[in-house]
Amino acid sequence: MHMADALVVPAVAATMYVASTAAAGWSIKKVRLENEPKKIPAMGVMGAFVFAAQMINFTIPGTGSSGHLCGGMLLTAMLGPFAGFLTMIGILLIQCLIFADGGLLALGCNIWNMAFYGCFVGGLLIWKPFMKNGMTKKKITAASIAACVITLQMGAFSVTLETLASGITELPFSVFVGVMQPIHLAIGLVEGLITAAVLCFVYEARPEMLWNAGEASGEREGRFSFKKTLVILTVASAFIAGVLSLFASALPDGLEWSMERVAGTSELAAAGGAYEAAENIQSATALLPDYAFAFSDSAAGTTVSGLFGGVLVIALCAALCYGLKFFRKEKAR
Amino acid sequence: MAGLGKAIHEIHSLENLAERDTFFCRLHPLAKVLVTIGYLVLVMSFGKYDLIGLSGMCLYPLILMILGDISIRQAFRRLRPVLLMVCLVGAANPLFDRTPWMTAGGVVITTGMLSMAALFLKTGFAVFASYILIATTTMEQICYALRKIHVPQILVTVLLLIYRYLVLMMKEADRITQAYLLRAPGEKGIRKSAWGSVAGQMLLRSMDRAQRVYESMTLRGFRGEFFPGGKFVPVWQSVLYGIFWGGFLAVIRVVPVFRIAGRIFML
Repeated sequence: MHMADALVVPAVAATMYVASTAAAGWSIKKVRLENEPKKIPAMGVMGAFVFAAQMINFTIPGTGSSGHLCGGMLLTAMLGPFAGFLTMIGILLIQCLIFADGGLLALGCNIWNMAFYGCFVGGLLIWKPFMKNGMTKKKITAASIAACVITLQMGAFSVTLETLASGITELPFSVFVGVMQPIHLAIGLVEGLITAAVLCFVYEARPEMLWNAGEASGEREGRFSFKKTLVILTVASAFIAGVLSLFASALPDGLEWSMERVAGTSELAAAGGAYEAAENIQSATALLPDYAFAFSDSAAGTTVSGLFGGVLVIALCAALCYGLKFFRKEKAR
Repeated sequence: MAGLGKAIHEIHSLENLAERDTFFCRLHPLAKVLVTIGYLVLVMSFGKYDLIGLSGMCLYPLILMILGDISIRQAFRRLRPVLLMVCLVGAANPLFDRTPWMTAGGVVITTGMLSMAALFLKTGFAVFASYILIATTTMEQICYALRKIHVPQILVTVLLLIYRYLVLMMKEADRITQAYLLRAPGEKGIRKSAWGSVAGQMLLRSMDRAQRVYESMTLRGFRGEFFPGGKFVPVWQSVLYGIFWGGFLAVIRVVPVFRIAGRIFML
């Protein structure tokens, strides 16, 4: 689900950076308030663990394929949503820089799509209500699967919105959503099952390590039952889905509007300005100033000259760089 | 696990690249980070049909890869992780946007094809720019640059710790899976009954390790701040580097260099 830089325009990237920064700021404040210095190395080591564990292949029964852990949910269940969110930011930045998975400009989008939903929606709205009356293996399994499926669906939906809002693709909204959501539904189910298996193991071996474990056991009375929580979650999900679908149905108009803007006057004005600038530079640099362009303004002429010029400039640039390198080596001798 | 082995090799080779004693590696990391971000913003700001204008931006990776002795082949290999999503998004453009733009040798080129090509070009430039940054700057230096622009200390510390323990964890995951697969010949991955115990054991050990890490860091006087080692070139050279690229990229963004060069030489 990692978005590449090319899928977002600077305006969308900046908006998502602002949103993710706000969530990060809130998380930092919360982690500082917890005042647990031991948590910092735990965040680092857990981040590295999630990174490494995501590379282990878990065979999916009945199919020939394999699945991976859900990092956001696992980190939240171990460290809490705030520390988990900060750890996810570190993981996403390293994935982007070291393994080229995602992009620097799209980092804000990726943080929002994977870390925000995974940690805050998964942790605060799903995991926490599930565990309020105490932890059991069944609850851990149900919470893990529900959190992974719902947060992945939300993340995939956000990817669709961010890409379409950037005006990058001609894919109609319905087709894009139709491709993204089912794929991530299957991924979410598998990731949820694997994450649940790991968390159940931790619950059996060292239950005190899980987030909210002490709080959950101490608040057994006067809270929502498991069934009530499920009902509330279902209603909340239906509400969110309704709101999102309303938002989705309104989106194509906005897209048409932005498409017109991209291909319309503003673009032409920019091209005109560049064209004028090109003319000015040419008249200043050409050997025969009073000439006429061989290709005038036709698309073919512009393209051919652009391509020719491109090859020429690249060749000149490369030759210059290699020349510089050659002289540098000669000098070093 | 081939994936884990490859990832460990990738990290080591990037570290070796970034630790070389070259001018680009010794530049102040903040200058390189800012230039990279500026470059990415400019590349992504091009219109989706402005293929020729966009292609002018290839000069930045081209020049830095040649002068910085960075493998262009490796840079292309790094495109793989993002290609799937970009192909899904980009390949639809020629199907849905069929407005004719020009005809070349009897073949109609549509604006959809143009926007698809621009998307692939943008992807390539972004991946190359990130590769240039990480191939000339160590993670410690990037963290140092992040602190300079006031990214909170806690975030930078976590980032650095994840990076430091990454190889260690990967090696541990590799050992665990190797041991499992040696005892379960013919299996491609971890079977369902062992999902929890394999990763769970590793997780518990990781938490114990985190405790030991914290204690040893405290004993060595860690107070939450890292200081990068290594020598940088004089500050004015880094400033000049930033100004040069800032100006150069701005000119390329505004002036269609390739078009002008083509027209001049095709007269």
